Amino acid sequence: MKRVLENIENQFEMFQILNEEGKIVNEDAMPDLSDEELKEIMKRMVYTRILDQRSIALNRQGRLGFYAPTAGQEASQLGSQFALEKADFILPGYRDVPQLIWHGLPLYQAFLFSRGHFKGNQMPEGVNAVSPQIIIGAQITQAAGVGLGFKKRKEDAVAITYTGDGGASQGDFYEGINFAGAFGAQSIFVVQNNRFAISVPVEKQSAAQTIAQKAVAAGIEGIQVDGMDVLAVYAATKEARQRAVDGEGPTLIETLTYRYGPHTMAGDDPTRYRTEDMDNEWEKQDPIVRFRTFLESKDLWSEEEENELIEKAKEEIKAAVKEADNTPKQKVTDLIENMYEELPSNLQEQMEEYKEKESK
Amino acid sequence: MAQMTMIQAITDAMRTELKNDENVLVFGEDVGQNGGVFRATEGLQDEFGEERVFDTPLAESGIGGLSIGLALTDFRPVPEIQFFGFVYETMDAISGQMARYRYRTGNTRSMPITIRSPFGGGVHTPELHADSLEGLMAQQPGLKVVIPSNPYDAKGLLIQSIRDNDPVIFLEHMKLYRSFREEVPEEEYTIELGKAEVKREGSDVTLIAYGAMVHSCLKAAEELEQDGISAEVIDLRTVSPVDYETILASVEKTNRAVMVQEAQKQAGIAASVVSEIQEKAILHLEAPVLRVAAPDTVYAFTQAEEIWLPNHKDIVEKANKVMNF
Repeated sequence: MKRVLENIENQFEMFQILNEEGKIVNEDAMPDLSDEELKEIMKRMVYTRILDQRSIALNRQGRLGFYAPTAGQEASQLGSQFALEKADFILPGYRDVPQLIWHGLPLYQAFLFSRGHFKGNQMPEGVNAVSPQIIIGAQITQAAGVGLGFKKRKEDAVAITYTGDGGASQGDFYEGINFAGAFGAQSIFVVQNNRFAISVPVEKQSAAQTIAQKAVAAGIEGIQVDGMDVLAVYAATKEARQRAVDGEGPTLIETLTYRYGPHTMAGDDPTRYRTEDMDNEWEKQDPIVRFRTFLESKDLWSEEEENELIEKAKEEIKAAVKEADNTPKQKVTDLIENMYEELPSNLQEQMEEYKEKESK
Repeated sequence: MAQMTMIQAITDAMRTELKNDENVLVFGEDVGQNGGVFRATEGLQDEFGEERVFDTPLAESGIGGLSIGLALTDFRPVPEIQFFGFVYETMDAISGQMARYRYRTGNTRSMPITIRSPFGGGVHTPELHADSLEGLMAQQPGLKVVIPSNPYDAKGLLIQSIRDNDPVIFLEHMKLYRSFREEVPEEEYTIELGKAEVKREGSDVTLIAYGAMVHSCLKAAEELEQDGISAEVIDLRTVSPVDYETILASVEKTNRAVMVQEAQKQAGIAASVVSEIQEKAILHLEAPVLRVAAPDTVYAFTQAEEIWLPNHKDIVEKANKVMNF
């Protein structure tokens, strides 16, 4: 009997362009990005790191609501989003708010989403996305559907969905990639393998040596990427996108990354399942540090520029919080209005009841 | 006009909407060349092509998610769940996802999905093929649940369901698929969702039902008539939302009611209807509103099915009870 698992890691060798010292190690794969674009990617990563810090602080002050920290995952999140076109459709997990923001969701609405306000879910016209999914993996089968829809409509667009390593254990993950493969859907499945599904390490989630290899069973392409290397994530996503719109089928992208913070701000304590050594090891690979080194070596980035950007980010975040604060609170009657196109009789009755309650 | 069975009327409704609206897609397990295990999609793939009518891999959750994704790209999906007992596999896609999408997008998107599925007892199926799970669906805000009792209604309700911009669970009682034919117009027509129909007028007691139990009620009404009891029969047609206006108007006239469902007694549609009647019309009632329902066990597939399923005799018995209260 042929042993198919022998040397499977070699088949899914991690794709890297920029190493942790900020050096290009794979010149051939270097994506065609202008200096301006390279700087834009850096700006977005720095901005998002600041947004994460401010969001955590706001959460601790009781001013934000639900929040899943993003620090450490900027390259995975923003490198992939940067490879998208405006027409592409994002189906995010709950940690994937940054991709939505850079795809066009106004910041104050992202805060409203955190606060559970329905206006945080209203994507502006032309922003092709849905708000973050709470059920792990539910977005993956939907991404197969959006990708099939684009194929049927012959659109130059892809569906991209995000989940974590835990999401790759869900039945919907397997159904989603299998459906997409069977239909040749224009879909990209990004698994941000940040090593832990809340507290359970990826080794306990699956006997598979990589998550990328799960693509093989679905008959689709799979690649493991250094998720701390924004250039590699960008290049892999760009290629997957091209393949999808060229009718060459969907792709599973596993990004190897790490979340520095807790799972969410609702009481998770990572010291229960991670060591300080592990945290330090991963922080050495930081996506922003290595990209900064790279840009500085090309004279494209300076400390002043970064400080200016940080100040600007803080101001914008402050203004967005204010705008979110100024949005009238969600009411029960808002919920009633958002259940059906036309109110059925039971809700008509309840609408009257709650209008009365809310008027007091 | 043509004579059609309910399954033919259902096929005809899908054909009508596939013709009317190029965004309508019909898909599911075995719905393509095979025409569905009950032949509900017979001939549709040949007529409209594989782009519009297609087989899916065998995975119900995937079918649910696929439907949502297609709706997000402005299609109007009409997926089939091969037997409604398999709905548990896709409960999240239905209740956790499509039912909430209008809310979750702040009313900027709709989910015009019609999930068709056979259900219902009396046809000797294996486990998890016959269960009446409409109560589970009716408890989920954001869904509509439609259950026709005859070929004419099936066509009009299905066309209307497909045109509806909210997700509709369209449940087809297997026993009614081929049990009788009736006149069904070949042209298109719709029946408004959420509207019950008085199938038989009466003055002494109101029998309320949906699906196959409508026929048991009509049979019971005939028997009751022999004993001089005039029963009114209401077919709900939609169990979410329920047309309480029609029910209350009838109960205010007859002052007595029996609610009949094939599903188990606990929770469910009947419990909800009875509560509403006593909340809104208790002073019109001459007797408690009684229920005819199945026992609170799993469905008695194959063995003991005859006794387990409510029948017209049970209905006559309960009607006599409210008459003699």
